Amino acid sequence: MKDKVLPSITEALRLTGVKDGMTLSFHHHLRNGDYVLNLVLAAAQKLGLKDLTINASAIFDCHLPLLDLIRDGTVTGLECNYCGALVGKALSSGLLAKPVIFRSHGGRLADLARGSARIDVAFVAAPTADSRGNISGKYGRSACGSLGYAFSDVQNADRVVAVPENLVSYPLTDFSFSETEVDYVVAVERIGDPAGIVSGTTRVTRDPIGLLMADMAAEVIKASGLLLDGFSFQTGAGGASLAVAYAVEKIMLAEGIHGSFASGGITGKLVEMLNKGCFESLLDVQCFDLEAVRSLRENPAHREISASQYASPLAAGAVVDSLDTVILGATEIDPDFNVNVHTNSQGLIMGGSGGHSDTAAGARLAIIIAPLMRARLPLIVDRVQTISTPGRTVDLLVTQYGIAVNPLRAELSARLRDAGLKVMPIEELKHLAEKICGVPKTLKNENRVIAEVLYRDGTVIDTIRQVN
Amino acid sequence: MKIIKTASAGTLESSDILVTVQPADILKLELESPVLAQYGEQIEETVRTVLTDLGVKAGLITLQDQGALDCTIRARLETAVRRGAEQEV
Repeated sequence: MKDKVLPSITEALRLTGVKDGMTLSFHHHLRNGDYVLNLVLAAAQKLGLKDLTINASAIFDCHLPLLDLIRDGTVTGLECNYCGALVGKALSSGLLAKPVIFRSHGGRLADLARGSARIDVAFVAAPTADSRGNISGKYGRSACGSLGYAFSDVQNADRVVAVPENLVSYPLTDFSFSETEVDYVVAVERIGDPAGIVSGTTRVTRDPIGLLMADMAAEVIKASGLLLDGFSFQTGAGGASLAVAYAVEKIMLAEGIHGSFASGGITGKLVEMLNKGCFESLLDVQCFDLEAVRSLRENPAHREISASQYASPLAAGAVVDSLDTVILGATEIDPDFNVNVHTNSQGLIMGGSGGHSDTAAGARLAIIIAPLMRARLPLIVDRVQTISTPGRTVDLLVTQYGIAVNPLRAELSARLRDAGLKVMPIEELKHLAEKICGVPKTLKNENRVIAEVLYRDGTVIDTIRQVN
Repeated sequence: MKIIKTASAGTLESSDILVTVQPADILKLELESPVLAQYGEQIEETVRTVLTDLGVKAGLITLQDQGALDCTIRARLETAVRRGAEQEV
Protein backbone atom coordinates (compact mmCIF):
# COMPACT_ATOMS: atom_id res chain seq x y z
CA MET A 1 0.00 0.00 0.00
CA LYS A 2 1.32 3.40 -1.02
CA ASP A 3 1.89 5.78 1.90
CA LYS A 4 -0.08 8.92 1.12
CA VAL A 5 1.33 11.07 3.89
CA LEU A 6 4.03 13.43 2.64
CA PRO A 7 6.35 15.60 4.74
CA SER A 8 5.81 18.88 2.87
CA ILE A 9 3.82 20.85 0.32
CA THR A 10 7.00 20.97 -1.77
CA GLU A 11 7.07 17.18 -1.89
CA ALA A 12 3.39 17.16 -2.89
CA LEU A 13 4.08 19.60 -5.74
CA ARG A 14 6.91 17.33 -6.95
CA LEU A 15 5.02 14.04 -6.68
CA THR A 16 1.82 15.37 -8.29
CA GLY A 17 4.00 16.50 -11.20
CA VAL A 18 3.14 20.19 -11.08
CA LYS A 19 4.87 21.90 -14.00
CA ASP A 20 4.99 25.41 -15.45
CA GLY A 21 1.65 26.43 -16.95
CA MET A 22 -0.51 24.08 -14.88
CA THR A 23 -3.68 24.96 -12.97
CA LEU A 24 -3.95 24.57 -9.19
CA SER A 25 -7.31 24.80 -7.43
CA PHE A 26 -8.40 25.88 -3.96
CA HIS A 27 -11.73 26.09 -2.13
CA HIS A 28 -12.75 29.10 -0.05
CA HIS A 29 -14.30 27.52 3.04
CA LEU A 30 -11.62 29.08 5.24
CA ARG A 31 -12.76 32.42 3.85
CA ASN A 32 -10.66 35.36 5.06
CA GLY A 33 -8.69 33.12 7.44
CA ASP A 34 -7.16 30.80 4.81
CA TYR A 35 -3.44 30.04 4.96
CA VAL A 36 -3.36 27.13 2.50
CA LEU A 37 -3.37 29.01 -0.81
CA ASN A 38 -0.47 31.17 0.37
CA LEU A 39 1.44 28.13 1.71
CA VAL A 40 1.14 26.20 -1.55
CA LEU A 41 2.07 29.15 -3.74
CA ALA A 42 5.08 30.04 -1.59
CA ALA A 43 6.31 26.46 -2.04
CA ALA A 44 5.69 26.66 -5.80
CA GLN A 45 7.66 29.89 -5.96
CA LYS A 46 10.60 28.30 -4.12
CA LEU A 47 10.59 25.46 -6.65
CA GLY A 48 10.83 28.08 -9.39
CA LEU A 49 7.50 27.15 -10.97
CA LYS A 50 6.16 29.74 -13.43
CA ASP A 51 3.03 30.56 -15.37
CA LEU A 52 0.62 28.82 -12.97
CA THR A 53 -3.11 29.45 -13.12
CA ILE A 54 -5.05 29.62 -9.85
CA ASN A 55 -8.63 28.40 -9.98
CA ALA A 56 -10.12 29.25 -6.58
CA SER A 57 -13.82 29.23 -5.72
CA ALA A 58 -13.07 32.61 -4.09
CA ILE A 59 -10.14 34.89 -3.31
CA PHE A 60 -10.14 36.89 -0.07
CA ASP A 61 -7.89 39.70 1.12
CA CYS A 62 -5.94 37.19 3.25
CA HIS A 63 -4.52 36.16 -0.13
CA LEU A 64 -2.70 39.46 -0.70
CA PRO A 65 0.67 37.57 -0.96
CA LEU A 66 -0.71 36.30 -4.28
CA LEU A 67 0.04 39.72 -5.75
CA ASP A 68 3.81 39.28 -5.35
CA LEU A 69 3.60 35.88 -7.02
CA ILE A 70 1.80 37.50 -9.94
CA ARG A 71 4.49 40.19 -10.14
CA ASP A 72 7.30 37.62 -10.35
CA GLY A 73 5.53 35.42 -12.91
CA THR A 74 4.84 32.44 -10.64
CA VAL A 75 1.14 33.02 -11.26
CA THR A 76 -0.12 34.35 -14.60
CA GLY A 77 -3.76 33.28 -14.56
CA LEU A 78 -6.62 33.65 -12.09
CA GLU A 79 -10.11 32.18 -12.16
CA CYS A 80 -12.52 32.74 -9.26
CA ASN A 81 -16.15 33.35 -8.33
CA TYR A 82 -15.47 36.20 -5.94
CA CYS A 83 -12.51 38.45 -5.15
CA GLY A 84 -11.94 40.61 -2.05
CA ALA A 85 -11.56 44.37 -2.41
CA LEU A 86 -7.83 44.72 -1.68
CA VAL A 87 -6.76 42.00 -4.10
CA GLY A 88 -9.44 43.26 -6.49
CA LYS A 89 -8.04 46.77 -6.50
CA ALA A 90 -4.60 45.48 -7.49
CA LEU A 91 -6.09 43.31 -10.23
CA SER A 92 -8.05 46.32 -11.49
CA SER A 93 -4.79 48.19 -11.95
CA GLY A 94 -3.85 45.65 -14.62
CA LEU A 95 -1.47 43.40 -12.69
CA LEU A 96 -2.26 40.34 -14.81
CA ALA A 97 -1.72 40.28 -18.58
CA LYS A 98 -4.44 37.64 -19.01
CA PRO A 99 -7.98 38.65 -18.00
CA VAL A 100 -9.22 37.27 -14.69
CA ILE A 101 -12.04 34.79 -15.33
CA PHE A 102 -15.02 35.36 -13.04
CA ARG A 103 -17.65 32.66 -12.83
CA SER A 104 -20.66 32.01 -10.61
CA HIS A 105 -20.58 29.12 -8.15
CA GLY A 106 -22.78 27.10 -10.50
CA GLY A 107 -20.93 28.23 -13.60
CA ARG A 108 -17.59 27.04 -12.22
CA LEU A 109 -18.91 23.51 -11.86
CA ALA A 110 -20.57 23.59 -15.25
CA ASP A 111 -17.33 24.75 -16.89
CA LEU A 112 -15.39 22.00 -15.12
CA ALA A 113 -17.95 19.48 -16.37
CA ARG A 114 -17.85 20.90 -19.91
CA GLY A 115 -14.06 20.92 -19.89
CA SER A 116 -13.84 24.67 -20.50
CA ALA A 117 -12.14 24.88 -17.10
CA ARG A 118 -9.71 22.24 -15.88
CA ILE A 119 -7.74 21.52 -12.73
CA ASP A 120 -4.40 19.75 -12.72
CA VAL A 121 -3.93 19.57 -8.96
CA ALA A 122 -6.45 20.46 -6.24
CA PHE A 123 -5.12 21.42 -2.82
CA VAL A 124 -7.90 20.85 -0.31
CA ALA A 125 -7.58 22.66 2.99
CA ALA A 126 -8.96 20.15 5.50
CA PRO A 127 -9.86 21.02 9.09
CA THR A 128 -9.65 17.27 9.82
CA ALA A 129 -8.47 14.27 7.78
CA ASP A 130 -7.00 10.83 8.28
CA SER A 131 -3.80 9.44 6.82
CA ARG A 132 -5.64 7.95 3.80
CA GLY A 133 -7.36 11.20 2.87
CA ASN A 134 -10.85 10.95 4.29
CA ILE A 135 -11.73 14.61 4.88
CA SER A 136 -14.17 16.50 7.11
CA GLY A 137 -14.78 20.17 7.75
CA LYS A 138 -16.83 19.54 10.88
CA TYR A 139 -14.07 18.85 13.39
CA GLY A 140 -10.89 20.44 14.69
CA ARG A 141 -9.79 23.85 15.84
CA SER A 142 -10.25 25.27 12.33
CA ALA A 143 -13.61 23.60 11.66
CA CYS A 144 -15.48 25.39 8.89
CA GLY A 145 -18.45 23.02 8.64
CA SER A 146 -19.59 22.32 5.11
CA LEU A 147 -16.95 21.71 2.41
CA GLY A 148 -19.51 22.13 -0.37
CA TYR A 149 -17.32 24.05 -2.79
CA ALA A 150 -14.47 21.53 -2.62
CA PHE A 151 -16.44 18.53 -3.99
CA SER A 152 -16.05 19.62 -7.60
CA ASP A 153 -12.30 20.14 -7.19
CA VAL A 154 -11.85 16.68 -5.69
CA GLN A 155 -13.93 15.12 -8.45
CA ASN A 156 -12.45 17.03 -11.39
CA ALA A 157 -8.76 17.47 -10.58
CA ASP A 158 -6.20 15.08 -12.05
CA ARG A 159 -4.50 14.91 -8.65
CA VAL A 160 -5.80 15.79 -5.18
CA VAL A 161 -3.73 16.79 -2.17
CA ALA A 162 -5.43 17.04 1.22
CA VAL A 163 -3.89 19.61 3.55
CA PRO A 164 -5.19 18.82 7.04
CA GLU A 165 -4.51 20.63 10.26
CA ASN A 166 -5.98 17.92 12.48
CA LEU A 167 -4.64 14.53 11.36
CA VAL A 168 -6.63 11.75 13.02
CA SER A 169 -6.21 8.00 13.03
CA TYR A 170 -7.75 5.98 10.21
CA PRO A 171 -10.62 5.77 9.51
CA LEU A 172 -12.33 9.13 9.84
CA THR A 173 -15.87 7.91 9.31
CA ASP A 174 -17.83 11.15 9.17
CA PHE A 175 -16.10 12.32 5.99
CA SER A 176 -17.23 14.68 3.25
CA PHE A 177 -14.94 13.17 0.61
CA SER A 178 -13.34 9.81 0.91
CA GLU A 179 -9.87 8.41 0.40
CA THR A 180 -10.94 7.16 -3.05
CA GLU A 181 -10.36 10.62 -4.50
CA VAL A 182 -7.31 11.78 -2.55
CA ASP A 183 -3.75 11.09 -3.74
CA TYR A 184 -1.65 12.64 -0.98
CA VAL A 185 -1.97 14.05 2.53
CA VAL A 186 0.27 16.83 3.85
CA ALA A 187 -0.42 17.79 7.46
CA VAL A 188 0.41 21.38 8.41
CA GLU A 189 0.44 23.10 11.77
CA ARG A 190 -2.25 25.63 10.88
CA ILE A 191 -4.55 25.76 7.83
CA GLY A 192 -5.93 29.11 8.85
CA ASP A 193 -6.91 31.65 11.44
CA PRO A 194 -10.18 30.51 13.07
CA ALA A 195 -11.17 34.16 13.63
CA GLY A 196 -11.24 34.71 9.86
CA ILE A 197 -12.79 31.34 8.99
CA VAL A 198 -16.18 31.70 10.67
CA SER A 199 -17.72 34.38 12.83
CA GLY A 200 -18.37 33.53 16.46
CA THR A 201 -21.90 34.75 16.00
CA THR A 202 -23.40 36.54 13.03
CA ARG A 203 -25.14 39.65 14.31
CA VAL A 204 -28.15 41.24 12.70
CA THR A 205 -27.89 44.87 11.59
CA ARG A 206 -29.08 47.63 13.89
CA ASP A 207 -29.20 50.10 11.01
CA PRO A 208 -32.82 51.34 10.96
CA ILE A 209 -32.82 51.57 7.16
CA GLY A 210 -31.66 47.95 6.90
CA LEU A 211 -34.35 46.82 9.34
CA LEU A 212 -37.03 48.81 7.48
CA MET A 213 -36.03 47.22 4.16
CA ALA A 214 -35.97 43.77 5.77
CA ASP A 215 -39.56 44.21 6.98
CA MET A 216 -40.58 45.40 3.51
CA ALA A 217 -38.93 42.35 1.92
CA ALA A 218 -40.77 40.01 4.31
CA GLU A 219 -44.06 41.75 3.43
CA VAL A 220 -43.24 41.25 -0.26
CA ILE A 221 -42.62 37.53 0.28
CA LYS A 222 -45.91 37.22 2.12
CA ALA A 223 -47.83 39.15 -0.54
CA SER A 224 -46.22 37.11 -3.33
CA GLY A 225 -48.24 34.09 -2.27
CA LEU A 226 -45.14 31.90 -1.78
CA LEU A 227 -45.05 32.01 2.01
CA LEU A 228 -47.08 28.84 2.57
CA ASP A 229 -46.35 25.41 4.08
CA GLY A 230 -43.41 24.00 2.10
CA PHE A 231 -41.78 27.42 1.65
CA SER A 232 -38.06 27.44 0.78
CA PHE A 233 -35.73 30.33 1.38
CA GLN A 234 -32.19 31.60 0.97
CA THR A 235 -30.56 34.74 2.31
CA GLY A 236 -27.10 36.04 3.11
CA ALA A 237 -25.23 36.74 6.34
CA GLY A 238 -24.65 40.45 5.87
CA GLY A 239 -26.56 43.63 6.68
CA ALA A 240 -30.18 43.70 5.67
CA SER A 241 -30.15 40.16 4.20
CA LEU A 242 -29.85 38.52 7.60
CA ALA A 243 -32.49 40.87 9.00
CA VAL A 244 -34.92 39.50 6.40
CA ALA A 245 -34.60 36.07 8.05
CA TYR A 246 -35.75 37.61 11.37
CA ALA A 247 -38.67 39.33 9.67
CA VAL A 248 -39.72 36.18 7.78
CA GLU A 249 -39.41 34.09 10.94
CA LYS A 250 -41.77 36.42 12.73
CA ILE A 251 -44.46 35.95 10.09
CA MET A 252 -43.91 32.17 9.85
CA LEU A 253 -44.23 31.70 13.63
CA ALA A 254 -47.22 34.02 13.94
CA GLU A 255 -49.08 32.24 11.12
CA GLY A 256 -47.87 28.71 11.90
CA ILE A 257 -46.23 28.23 8.50
CA HIS A 258 -43.99 25.15 8.18
CA GLY A 259 -41.43 25.65 5.45
CA SER A 260 -39.44 23.05 3.58
CA PHE A 261 -35.80 24.15 3.52
CA ALA A 262 -33.32 27.01 3.70
CA SER A 263 -30.21 26.76 1.55
CA GLY A 264 -26.89 28.29 0.63
CA GLY A 265 -24.60 29.86 3.19
CA ILE A 266 -26.03 28.95 6.60
CA THR A 267 -26.02 31.18 9.69
CA GLY A 268 -27.01 30.55 13.29
CA LYS A 269 -30.26 32.39 12.58
CA LEU A 270 -31.31 29.80 10.00
CA VAL A 271 -30.34 27.06 12.47
CA GLU A 272 -32.64 28.71 15.01
CA MET A 273 -35.45 28.80 12.44
CA LEU A 274 -34.88 25.08 11.73
CA ASN A 275 -35.07 24.30 15.43
CA LYS A 276 -38.27 26.35 15.84
CA GLY A 277 -39.92 24.39 13.04
CA CYS A 278 -39.85 27.08 10.35
CA PHE A 279 -37.99 24.63 8.07
CA GLU A 280 -37.72 20.85 7.76
CA SER A 281 -34.07 20.98 6.74
CA LEU A 282 -31.05 23.10 5.92
CA LEU A 283 -29.09 22.44 2.72
CA ASP A 284 -25.68 23.82 3.55
CA VAL A 285 -23.00 24.61 0.99
CA GLN A 286 -21.11 26.83 3.44
CA CYS A 287 -21.25 27.66 7.17
CA PHE A 288 -20.99 31.32 8.14
CA ASP A 289 -20.72 30.96 11.92
CA LEU A 290 -19.88 28.52 14.71
CA GLU A 291 -23.52 27.77 15.45
CA ALA A 292 -23.99 26.59 11.85
CA VAL A 293 -20.87 24.38 12.17
CA ARG A 294 -22.19 22.85 15.38
CA SER A 295 -25.64 22.22 13.93
CA LEU A 296 -24.19 20.61 10.78
CA ARG A 297 -22.16 18.28 13.00
CA GLU A 298 -25.05 17.32 15.27
CA ASN A 299 -28.35 17.57 13.41
CA PRO A 300 -29.10 15.15 10.54
CA ALA A 301 -31.73 17.59 9.22
CA HIS A 302 -28.87 20.02 8.58
CA ARG A 303 -27.21 18.56 5.53
CA GLU A 304 -23.97 19.37 3.74
CA ILE A 305 -24.45 19.66 -0.03
CA SER A 306 -21.91 19.97 -2.83
CA ALA A 307 -21.75 23.15 -4.85
CA SER A 308 -22.98 21.12 -7.84
CA GLN A 309 -26.11 20.14 -5.99
CA TYR A 310 -26.45 23.72 -4.81
CA ALA A 311 -26.18 25.57 -8.08
CA SER A 312 -24.91 23.73 -11.16
CA PRO A 313 -26.90 24.48 -14.32
CA LEU A 314 -25.69 21.18 -15.81
CA ALA A 315 -26.44 18.85 -12.89
CA ALA A 316 -29.55 16.68 -13.28
CA GLY A 317 -30.92 18.51 -10.23
CA ALA A 318 -29.88 21.57 -8.25
CA VAL A 319 -31.28 23.13 -5.09
CA VAL A 320 -31.53 26.62 -6.61
CA ASP A 321 -34.17 25.29 -9.02
CA SER A 322 -36.39 24.26 -6.08
CA LEU A 323 -35.97 27.56 -4.27
CA ASP A 324 -39.02 29.77 -3.69
CA THR A 325 -37.32 32.99 -2.57
CA VAL A 326 -33.80 34.33 -2.49
CA ILE A 327 -32.66 37.61 -0.95
CA LEU A 328 -29.69 39.21 -2.76
CA GLY A 329 -27.65 42.40 -2.56
CA ALA A 330 -26.41 44.81 -5.22
CA THR A 331 -23.80 47.52 -5.58
CA GLU A 332 -25.68 48.85 -8.62
CA ILE A 333 -28.87 48.02 -10.49
CA ASP A 334 -30.21 49.53 -13.71
CA PRO A 335 -33.70 50.11 -15.12
CA ASP A 336 -33.50 46.71 -16.86
CA PHE A 337 -32.86 45.17 -13.40
CA ASN A 338 -29.31 44.08 -14.33
CA VAL A 339 -27.31 43.82 -11.11
CA ASN A 340 -23.64 44.53 -10.42
CA VAL A 341 -21.92 42.82 -7.49
CA HIS A 342 -18.43 42.72 -9.06
CA THR A 343 -17.23 46.34 -9.10
CA ASN A 344 -17.59 49.44 -6.93
CA SER A 345 -18.51 52.97 -7.96
CA GLN A 346 -14.98 53.56 -9.24
CA GLY A 347 -15.06 50.42 -11.37
CA LEU A 348 -12.66 48.54 -9.07
CA ILE A 349 -13.14 44.80 -8.51
CA MET A 350 -14.55 44.26 -5.00
CA GLY A 351 -16.64 41.11 -5.06
CA GLY A 352 -18.15 38.68 -7.51
CA SER A 353 -21.22 36.67 -8.28
CA GLY A 354 -20.76 33.78 -5.90
CA GLY A 355 -24.21 32.20 -6.10
CA HIS A 356 -25.94 35.51 -7.00
CA SER A 357 -26.76 34.77 -10.62
CA ASP A 358 -27.39 31.06 -9.94
CA THR A 359 -30.02 31.66 -7.27
CA ALA A 360 -31.57 34.55 -9.21
CA ALA A 361 -31.99 32.24 -12.21
CA GLY A 362 -33.38 29.37 -10.15
CA ALA A 363 -35.61 30.95 -7.52
CA ARG A 364 -39.28 31.69 -8.20
CA LEU A 365 -38.83 35.07 -6.52
CA ALA A 366 -35.41 36.80 -6.63
CA ILE A 367 -35.44 39.91 -4.43
CA ILE A 368 -32.69 42.50 -4.51
CA ILE A 369 -32.47 44.47 -1.27
CA ALA A 370 -30.29 47.58 -1.11
CA PRO A 371 -30.46 51.18 0.12
CA LEU A 372 -31.46 53.70 -2.55
CA MET A 373 -28.17 55.47 -2.02
CA ARG A 374 -24.90 54.80 -0.24
CA ALA A 375 -23.36 58.02 0.98
CA ARG A 376 -24.06 60.18 -2.08
CA LEU A 377 -24.12 57.46 -4.73
CA PRO A 378 -27.48 56.35 -6.11
CA LEU A 379 -28.04 52.59 -6.32
CA ILE A 380 -29.96 52.81 -9.60
CA VAL A 381 -27.79 53.88 -12.52
CA ASP A 382 -28.43 54.24 -16.25
CA ARG A 383 -26.39 51.11 -16.92
CA VAL A 384 -24.55 48.97 -14.36
CA GLN A 385 -20.79 49.06 -14.84
CA THR A 386 -20.64 45.28 -14.72
CA ILE A 387 -23.51 42.89 -15.36
CA SER A 388 -23.15 40.15 -12.75
CA THR A 389 -26.75 38.97 -12.90
CA PRO A 390 -28.98 39.63 -15.94
CA GLY A 391 -32.14 41.62 -15.27
CA ARG A 392 -34.44 39.01 -16.80
CA THR A 393 -33.70 36.76 -13.76
CA VAL A 394 -34.36 39.48 -11.16
CA ASP A 395 -37.97 39.91 -10.00
CA LEU A 396 -37.92 42.98 -7.83
CA LEU A 397 -35.97 45.58 -5.91
CA VAL A 398 -36.66 46.63 -2.31
CA THR A 399 -35.29 49.99 -1.16
CA GLN A 400 -36.20 52.04 1.89
CA TYR A 401 -38.19 54.40 -0.36
CA GLY A 402 -40.25 51.80 -2.16
CA ILE A 403 -40.41 48.62 -4.20
CA ALA A 404 -39.84 48.30 -7.95
CA VAL A 405 -41.07 45.19 -9.76
CA ASN A 406 -39.52 43.99 -13.00
CA PRO A 407 -42.03 44.85 -15.77
CA LEU A 408 -41.69 41.21 -16.91
CA ARG A 409 -43.56 40.29 -13.70
CA ALA A 410 -46.82 42.22 -14.09
CA GLU A 411 -48.83 39.65 -12.13
CA LEU A 412 -46.45 39.95 -9.16
CA SER A 413 -46.70 43.71 -9.31
CA ALA A 414 -50.50 43.50 -9.11
CA ARG A 415 -50.34 41.16 -6.11
CA LEU A 416 -48.06 43.53 -4.21
CA ARG A 417 -50.22 46.55 -5.03
CA ASP A 418 -53.32 44.67 -3.88
CA ALA A 419 -51.55 44.01 -0.58
CA GLY A 420 -51.06 47.74 -0.17
CA LEU A 421 -47.28 47.75 -0.71
CA LYS A 422 -45.53 50.82 -2.04
CA VAL A 423 -44.78 49.68 -5.61
CA MET A 424 -43.42 52.20 -8.09
CA PRO A 425 -41.59 52.15 -11.43
CA ILE A 426 -37.83 51.72 -11.05
CA GLU A 427 -37.36 54.93 -13.05
CA GLU A 428 -39.29 56.81 -10.35
CA LEU A 429 -37.00 55.45 -7.62
CA LYS A 430 -34.00 56.42 -9.74
CA HIS A 431 -35.34 59.94 -10.19
CA LEU A 432 -36.03 60.26 -6.46
CA ALA A 433 -32.40 59.36 -5.61
CA GLU A 434 -31.08 61.81 -8.19
CA LYS A 435 -33.23 64.57 -6.71
CA ILE A 436 -31.56 63.96 -3.34
CA CYS A 437 -28.00 63.22 -4.51
CA GLY A 438 -27.72 65.08 -7.81
CA VAL A 439 -27.25 63.30 -11.14
CA PRO A 440 -23.88 61.52 -11.08
CA LYS A 441 -21.53 61.96 -14.01
CA THR A 442 -21.26 58.73 -15.99
CA LEU A 443 -17.76 57.31 -15.97
CA LYS A 444 -16.26 56.35 -19.31
CA ASN A 445 -13.63 53.65 -19.36
CA GLU A 446 -12.08 52.44 -22.58
CA ASN A 447 -9.00 50.87 -21.00
CA ARG A 448 -7.83 47.30 -21.53
CA VAL A 449 -10.14 44.47 -20.42
CA ILE A 450 -8.68 42.96 -17.24
CA ALA A 451 -11.49 40.55 -16.35
CA GLU A 452 -14.25 38.59 -18.05
CA VAL A 453 -17.49 37.73 -16.30
CA LEU A 454 -18.86 34.39 -17.43
CA TYR A 455 -22.53 33.63 -16.91
CA ARG A 456 -23.59 30.21 -15.64
CA ASP A 457 -24.13 29.04 -19.25
CA GLY A 458 -20.44 29.69 -19.98
CA THR A 459 -20.98 32.78 -22.15
CA VAL A 460 -19.21 36.09 -21.48
CA ILE A 461 -21.91 38.29 -19.95
CA ASP A 462 -19.65 41.32 -19.40
CA THR A 463 -16.05 42.51 -19.15
CA ILE A 464 -14.26 44.62 -16.53
CA ARG A 465 -11.73 47.24 -17.58
CA GLN A 466 -8.51 48.49 -16.06
CA VAL A 467 -8.80 51.48 -13.72
CA ASN A 468 -5.79 53.76 -13.62
CA MET B 1 -16.38 87.62 5.47
CA LYS B 2 -12.67 87.34 6.20
CA ILE B 3 -11.13 84.15 7.53
CA ILE B 4 -8.91 85.23 10.42
CA LYS B 5 -8.19 81.90 12.11
CA THR B 6 -8.15 78.19 11.42
CA ALA B 7 -11.53 76.59 12.03
CA SER B 8 -13.40 73.47 11.02
CA ALA B 9 -16.84 71.89 10.92
CA GLY B 10 -18.09 68.40 10.18
CA THR B 11 -16.75 64.89 10.68
CA LEU B 12 -15.16 62.07 8.71
CA GLU B 13 -18.25 59.88 9.12
CA SER B 14 -19.75 58.39 5.97
CA SER B 15 -22.13 60.88 4.28
CA ASP B 16 -20.53 63.80 6.11
CA ILE B 17 -17.75 66.20 5.16
CA LEU B 18 -14.97 67.74 7.27
CA VAL B 19 -14.35 71.33 6.18
CA THR B 20 -11.29 73.19 7.43
CA VAL B 21 -10.68 76.87 6.66
CA GLN B 22 -7.39 78.70 7.16
CA PRO B 23 -6.34 82.30 6.51
CA ALA B 24 -4.49 82.79 3.19
CA ASP B 25 -3.76 85.56 0.68
CA ILE B 26 -5.65 83.92 -2.16
CA LEU B 27 -8.64 81.60 -2.39
CA LYS B 28 -7.63 77.98 -2.72
CA LEU B 29 -9.78 74.81 -2.59
CA GLU B 30 -8.48 71.38 -1.75
CA LEU B 31 -11.07 68.66 -2.31
CA GLU B 32 -10.82 64.94 -1.70
CA SER B 33 -13.86 62.73 -2.15
CA PRO B 34 -14.76 59.10 -2.86
CA VAL B 35 -17.31 60.43 -5.35
CA LEU B 36 -14.91 62.84 -7.07
CA ALA B 37 -15.44 61.25 -10.48
CA GLN B 38 -19.24 61.40 -10.23
CA TYR B 39 -19.76 64.62 -8.26
CA GLY B 40 -16.45 66.54 -8.19
CA GLU B 41 -17.66 69.36 -10.43
CA GLN B 42 -20.97 69.68 -8.60
CA ILE B 43 -19.23 69.84 -5.21
CA GLU B 44 -16.84 72.54 -6.41
CA GLU B 45 -19.71 74.57 -7.85
CA THR B 46 -21.61 74.32 -4.55
CA VAL B 47 -18.54 75.37 -2.56
CA ARG B 48 -17.84 78.38 -4.79
CA THR B 49 -21.47 79.50 -4.56
CA VAL B 50 -21.47 79.33 -0.75
CA LEU B 51 -18.16 81.21 -0.53
CA THR B 52 -19.42 83.91 -2.90
CA ASP B 53 -22.65 84.26 -0.93
CA LEU B 54 -20.64 84.65 2.29
CA GLY B 55 -18.26 87.13 0.67
CA VAL B 56 -15.17 84.97 1.23
CA LYS B 57 -12.44 86.14 -1.17
CA ALA B 58 -9.37 84.47 0.36
CA GLY B 59 -8.51 81.42 2.43
CA LEU B 60 -7.38 77.84 2.17
CA ILE B 61 -10.51 75.68 2.15
CA THR B 62 -9.84 71.99 2.75
CA LEU B 63 -12.76 69.67 2.03
CA GLN B 64 -12.52 66.05 3.19
CA ASP B 65 -15.72 64.70 1.71
CA GLN B 66 -17.17 61.32 2.64
CA GLY B 67 -20.02 61.39 0.15
CA ALA B 68 -22.01 64.21 1.76
CA LEU B 69 -25.19 65.51 0.16
CA ASP B 70 -25.25 69.07 -1.17
CA CYS B 71 -27.19 70.39 1.84
CA THR B 72 -24.59 68.92 4.21
CA ILE B 73 -21.71 70.45 2.27
CA ARG B 74 -23.39 73.89 2.38
CA ALA B 75 -24.07 73.69 6.11
CA ARG B 76 -20.61 72.42 7.08
CA LEU B 77 -18.84 74.97 4.88
CA GLU B 78 -20.86 77.93 6.14
CA THR B 79 -20.28 76.87 9.75
CA ALA B 80 -16.53 76.49 9.23
CA VAL B 81 -16.30 79.89 7.54
CA ARG B 82 -18.30 81.62 10.29
CA ARG B 83 -16.10 80.02 12.94
CA GLY B 84 -12.95 81.09 11.04
CA ALA B 85 -14.28 84.62 10.70
CA GLU B 86 -15.44 84.67 14.33
CA GLN B 87 -18.95 85.48 13.16
CA GLU B 88 -20.91 82.60 14.57
CA VAL B 89 -24.64 83.14 14.83
